[in-house]
Amino acid sequence: MKQFWKSMLRSPSGVIGLIILVLAIAVAVFGPLLFPNSPWRMVQRPFLPPFTLATVPLGTDALGRDVFAGMIFGARVSLLVGLVSTLAALIVGVPVGAMAGYFGGKVDDALMRFTEFFQTIPSFALAIVLVAILQPSISSIVASIAVVSWPPVARLVRGEVLSLRTREYVQAAVVTGQSNTWIILREILPNALSPVIVLASLMVATAILLESSLAFLGLGDPNLISWGYMVGAGRTVIRQAWWITVFPGVAILISVLGLNLIGEGLNDALNPRLSREGR
Amino acid sequence: MLSFVAQRVAKGVIVLLAIVVLNFFLIRLAPGDPAVVMAGEAGASDQIFVQQLREKFGLDKPLPEQLFIYVKGIATLDLGFSFRQQAPVSKLILERLPATLLLTLTAFTISLMLGVLFGTFAARFAGTFLDTAITVFALIFYAMPIFWVALMGILLFSVTMEWLPSFGYETVGANLTGLAHVIDVAKHLIMPAMTLGLFFMATYTRMTRASMLEVKRLDFVKTARAKGLSDAVIQRRHVLRNALLPVVTLAGVHSGTLIGGAVITETVFAWPGIGRLMYDALLQRDYNLLLGVFVICSAMVLIFNLITDLVYRLVDPRIEYAT
Repeated sequence: MKQFWKSMLRSPSGVIGLIILVLAIAVAVFGPLLFPNSPWRMVQRPFLPPFTLATVPLGTDALGRDVFAGMIFGARVSLLVGLVSTLAALIVGVPVGAMAGYFGGKVDDALMRFTEFFQTIPSFALAIVLVAILQPSISSIVASIAVVSWPPVARLVRGEVLSLRTREYVQAAVVTGQSNTWIILREILPNALSPVIVLASLMVATAILLESSLAFLGLGDPNLISWGYMVGAGRTVIRQAWWITVFPGVAILISVLGLNLIGEGLNDALNPRLSREGR
Repeated sequence: MLSFVAQRVAKGVIVLLAIVVLNFFLIRLAPGDPAVVMAGEAGASDQIFVQQLREKFGLDKPLPEQLFIYVKGIATLDLGFSFRQQAPVSKLILERLPATLLLTLTAFTISLMLGVLFGTFAARFAGTFLDTAITVFALIFYAMPIFWVALMGILLFSVTMEWLPSFGYETVGANLTGLAHVIDVAKHLIMPAMTLGLFFMATYTRMTRASMLEVKRLDFVKTARAKGLSDAVIQRRHVLRNALLPVVTLAGVHSGTLIGGAVITETVFAWPGIGRLMYDALLQRDYNLLLGVFVICSAMVLIFNLITDLVYRLVDPRIEYAT
């Protein structure tokens, strides 16, 4: 563990990424407590340019709502959706990949055809269709993102398990009569973890991009403000008020960049031999 | 080669069939009567139309029979009727398809060419300032949401500098013909294509750079150098050619993302393609049209994947497709 932090902190991208992530989480958790301005309430005249009033530092949108408050509250939605949907994708992808890799043969064939099928479907189009049909809400958004993002996890885990299965210590566990579940959970998966962690950090970034794109198209949760929704709302008035679209976009850019940097840092720290497969 | 193509096509057809079946169940996932769902939200449809839909899809019959009717319809390219647009779905999609193909193929070409170019430069000058600059730019472009890039492009090139038109396929009412028309369309195409291409350019840049650095270390490159070949020849004929393999794979994998990006890009730039059609269908909750576009998008991805497989074989003749 100590070794891990040491190499993580040695990689510049890892350090920058960590700083960005910690800041983003701090904003998401504590921001709404420090800035009680509701992002939905009219606080000033509409189209107030940024940097004119200290109470509304980033100006107001077409309905006089505080852009800064929207960005603070939007961080919650982005990070929450990013983390939960990645977690959900792992919950589907890891068992599928582990079973395919461990049992091999027909199980492997069936599971991998299934995975490939999901990988062929254009993911964003499927996410749009799913959210539209299930009606936009935070849970339907998380579910849709999870549905389109688990296949790479399954493929990665399968590959790892496939190579670990033949190792001597696994064979030893088989000989001592351990159950398959025990071997997969206790012997194999812990050793397959590091590439999965790297992939997961990149998946959170992709999930944030997906969520913001859905919200931009009007498929966000109608009760929660999000960065994508703000950019979408500011789109029609971009000629009069550039700040409504620019600032939330910068927030998305910085968080996604931070997570990608963390992914790179983790990759260098956890598995230098796999440094090429980060993408 | 021929059997390989036949095999791949057969596999593609099976996957497409599975997608159609998925589509069938998706409609039934929506809350409420599928006929009403297909007709669009309440108010858009009248009772007669809903009844027609019910009869057409046999919604009173058992589920397997319904599925059969649905698949048969799609096999004959009958994707249903859009009540909102008062036109058959397949007609609507076919009208819009050329614009989407123009946009996605241009974006793809730009991103692949620039990505490989920048990636090659970065690898060639690894560790220098040029390499760092390219890497940082690629990282930033990789993290930008496409809709935001599109809007920033409009802000910069249309609103501030007034260089490029901010929406549409051609100048409305100009009735240009011949070369003037081509130039007009090209002017409208630049920003959407660049927007869509930028993200993929970043991906290909990173991939090309990493891949070239890896190939460079291999023995056959040392041999080439020992033979006294010039650096330019080694880079081009030996390193780049091998380094392109993972890039080609990636291009195939990304075709679905490219289509998804087209939905966003076409929405922002009012580009009259199937992505924009999907957005309109979304706004109007026109589920039949939405699912029709979804099926066609999936078919496009399958075709693109097939082409990538063929290209891969051309780039790397070592690969056997016996299995």
